[in-house]
Amino acid sequence: MSVVSVIVRGKAPSKARPRTRQLRPWYQNPPLVAGLIVTGLLVLIAVFAPFIAPHDPLAQDLLNARQGPSPEHWFGTDSLGRDIASRLIWGAQVNLRIGFLAVLIPFVFGTIVGAIAGYFGGWFDIVIMRIVDIFYALPFYVIVIALVFALGSGEASIYLAIAMVSWTAYATIVRGEVIVAKQLDYVRAARLGGLPKWRILVRHIGPNVMSQVIVYAMSDVVMNILAVVTLGYLGLGITPPTPEWGSMIVEGQTFITTNWLMATIPGLAVVVASLGLSWLGDGLSDLLNPDRRK
Amino acid sequence: MSSQTPDVQQPVLRGVDLTKKYQVGRSVADRLAKREGRALTALDGVSIEVFPGEVLAVVGESGSGKSTLAKLLVGSETASSGEVVFEGKALSPHRDSVEARRIQMVFQDPYSSLNPRLTIGSVLTELIRYHRIVPRDQVKAEASRLLKLVGLDDDALEAYPSQFSGGQRQRVAIARALAVRPDVLIADEPVSALDVSVQATILELIADLRDQLGLSVLFIAHNLAVVQHLSQRVAVMYLGRIVEIGTAAELFANPSHPYTRALIASIPRMKAGSFNSEFQVKGEPPSPYSVPQGCRFHPRCPLATDECRSVDPALIPVSAGDTESMHLSACLRIDALPPMPEAFQPPAERSSL
Amino acid sequence: MAGENLLEIEDLSIGIKRGGRQVRIAEDVNLTVGVGERVGLVGESGAGKSMVLRAIAGLLPRGVEVLSGAIRYDGKNLLDLRPSQRLRLMGPEIAMVFQEPMTALNPLMRVGEQIAEASIRYKGMSRRAALARAVELMSYVGIPDPKTRATAFPHELSGGLRQRVMIAMAISLKPRLLLCDEPTTALDVTVQHQVLRLLEEMCDEVGAALLFVTHDLAVINQTCRRLAVMYAGHVIETGTTEQVLHDPRHPYTRGLLESAPDFDRPERLLAAIPGSAPNLADRQPGCAFAPRCRDAVESCFAGEPTLHATIDGRQTACFRADELFQKVNA
Repeated sequence: MSVVSVIVRGKAPSKARPRTRQLRPWYQNPPLVAGLIVTGLLVLIAVFAPFIAPHDPLAQDLLNARQGPSPEHWFGTDSLGRDIASRLIWGAQVNLRIGFLAVLIPFVFGTIVGAIAGYFGGWFDIVIMRIVDIFYALPFYVIVIALVFALGSGEASIYLAIAMVSWTAYATIVRGEVIVAKQLDYVRAARLGGLPKWRILVRHIGPNVMSQVIVYAMSDVVMNILAVVTLGYLGLGITPPTPEWGSMIVEGQTFITTNWLMATIPGLAVVVASLGLSWLGDGLSDLLNPDRRK
Repeated sequence: MSSQTPDVQQPVLRGVDLTKKYQVGRSVADRLAKREGRALTALDGVSIEVFPGEVLAVVGESGSGKSTLAKLLVGSETASSGEVVFEGKALSPHRDSVEARRIQMVFQDPYSSLNPRLTIGSVLTELIRYHRIVPRDQVKAEASRLLKLVGLDDDALEAYPSQFSGGQRQRVAIARALAVRPDVLIADEPVSALDVSVQATILELIADLRDQLGLSVLFIAHNLAVVQHLSQRVAVMYLGRIVEIGTAAELFANPSHPYTRALIASIPRMKAGSFNSEFQVKGEPPSPYSVPQGCRFHPRCPLATDECRSVDPALIPVSAGDTESMHLSACLRIDALPPMPEAFQPPAERSSL
Repeated sequence: MAGENLLEIEDLSIGIKRGGRQVRIAEDVNLTVGVGERVGLVGESGAGKSMVLRAIAGLLPRGVEVLSGAIRYDGKNLLDLRPSQRLRLMGPEIAMVFQEPMTALNPLMRVGEQIAEASIRYKGMSRRAALARAVELMSYVGIPDPKTRATAFPHELSGGLRQRVMIAMAISLKPRLLLCDEPTTALDVTVQHQVLRLLEEMCDEVGAALLFVTHDLAVINQTCRRLAVMYAGHVIETGTTEQVLHDPRHPYTRGLLESAPDFDRPERLLAAIPGSAPNLADRQPGCAFAPRCRDAVESCFAGEPTLHATIDGRQTACFRADELFQKVNA
């Protein structure tokens, strides 16, 4: 061929011996374990509320109103004589359910919009991002409160209000991640391999982007729970007498000096739920990161 | 440019007068008003040919346009003007999946060229299935075959990229490129990110594939020493143009462009105390935002004359009047180049090493 | 170079905590640099050479620490010094040039000011005087139009210019020891050439010693008089450049030389080293290189070799050096 040499073989063909994956197993991940335990417990409590709650949360007993803790009523009773413990347990159902469900629509809608904006760019991207900018300029609670006020109380309007505001965060996150992923060599390689765009978006870019979104979704659940609690505190949203932690706090607020448990116990429930979910989010973020080492 | 005798092959891939300009820094308002931003000329009229079964090296520094050339040839981006011709047929700007298969690419960074969430096997089988390379029941076997071709075991199929070293990842990347049975492989600095001792294995692999499969390889590099070992022909690029091209033997024995001389002079040597201090370039590597008038190399060229500052030289045969030769250089002052110094001539074979 | 050693690294071991275990990334490293001497530290990625430099400079990242050994500068053990005392050495005595100027330079500060910083801090110069000196230094290192460039931010300069700025910063206080961590790896070939020559000139002018870390053997050949080769955290061979690169006494050094393309010898066949670098967390008994060594015998997998003298006075960490490399110098 020419003067230029041919390369001689190395002494032994270099075989690949994939290094055993030195990845931390999930049980060695403190936030994940803590999060799973706490959240798991809460979910169990919520699911089995009918069986766990010692009393009917709606049963009033005016003669025994505002009692402190007793063997009969572990956390005492509220101003209408209802058992706080039972209301707490049933409240878990309400708060957790709304927290999780309210995430779904923004998650799905925001992810799809963000992915398309990020991958295809162009005018769609510009328009969508300006809409997102508008939403970002408006404070979350102000809008949610206004919407719920306008739409009337009840669970449905809470979902709607939250959905209308929080999809933007998902769109932004996903768009950003997709734009970054688009430039990565492995995506370019997939494109060069002749694979169609939608397939690349879903199968190649998707899994790498979703971990970020899922982690954000966890923190969003916490946000939503707080939003429900706030709405309940303001008297909006969930109609009484359905037990809900926020309205329980506002009820108990008046009696803070005499019977501080009434406000504090539901408050603690909110804190515990938030902690558990945050830990779970942290743990998931670590778990879903493909580069983690022992 | 080059005349062809009957027994010279036709090129499998040709770039014809490729140009690529980027508009940089346009705001939304600019785009609405259809205003142009600053123009970055990445490639300015490059014509290149790749022949079957050869390794053609393209060498250049940052701003030379070599990566852009690769992207245009492989179809990642479309040229501002000029065309890419494959086996005589011009390729459309947006290639369909059949055309896409013919030319494939291996990237520089082994750590970002594989999808961290997909197993090696799934990446390979997806491509094999999508393009129906083999019947369904033979897909897995084909994936195994590809891995064997690049020197990896079957247990790589179930593994994730994070379990492999840089050199192994490059092998996987090569296997992926070969999965669609291309005719041309464009390797964009495939060994630059690897350790020295591993580089040799990849170079060896590429040479093997060239011999076994008749693969044509366009090998982009900035390291002339690597190129010298592997390639049949070499093209040197500077600021969006090819400034010299020829067989490796010719080019290294008689580098006929000042920039090529400078590149060679910059290579650190293993011979004690040897470096060719003769050809020093002045100043900094150029910016593709402002291409000099006349010969684009003149601001840094020790041989530049007034003519060089006004005339933009074309590629001409190095030995004037020799129409057979494929050794071309875009320099007006070829004759002014000093003969290669004694110190440069490859010495007689050492007995050790 | 006769005289007291400027820098003596004695049995230095560096470790990193990974998953609850201590992994040694450098082990029993011994190295000396004489006054005004240029010494190279060669190895591939993961060999531990960068960490050695950082240990000298006191810049080990979090989680990485010196486990044992001493780093003596001018006789004083740097590891015994209080952080404030150590800090006083950096700049005037010891300076470092990093691989990636983009991350080593402050992106929010103009380059002239960054160069001037050291003079202000250590020499008590006024800001105006220090800036003027910075411009001088920039001209000295070959930056064209230094007065204007001094007001530039790092991202406005090319890689080569940024590296020159780093060198200007490093030599501004005329240090006696210059630590370089792959300073030219990220640069274009022609720029690398210029920067290397600049480094050599600067060292000559200022009288500084150089400890140069790289994976490029040819660069070492050109720049350094002595070198040490590292593999998997150990120093496996030392000697003069002439000796080590042209008459190696360790199979790894030999393997490196055989696998690296040599521009002066295109006809030479390249032979790759089979296998890959060991996982430092997974230490196997015996010589770290044995699994990849074509001359390994049973005893190589049993005991761990340390740097010792061969029959003819060369330093290597190979049990079989004497039998394998008995030959006439080529």
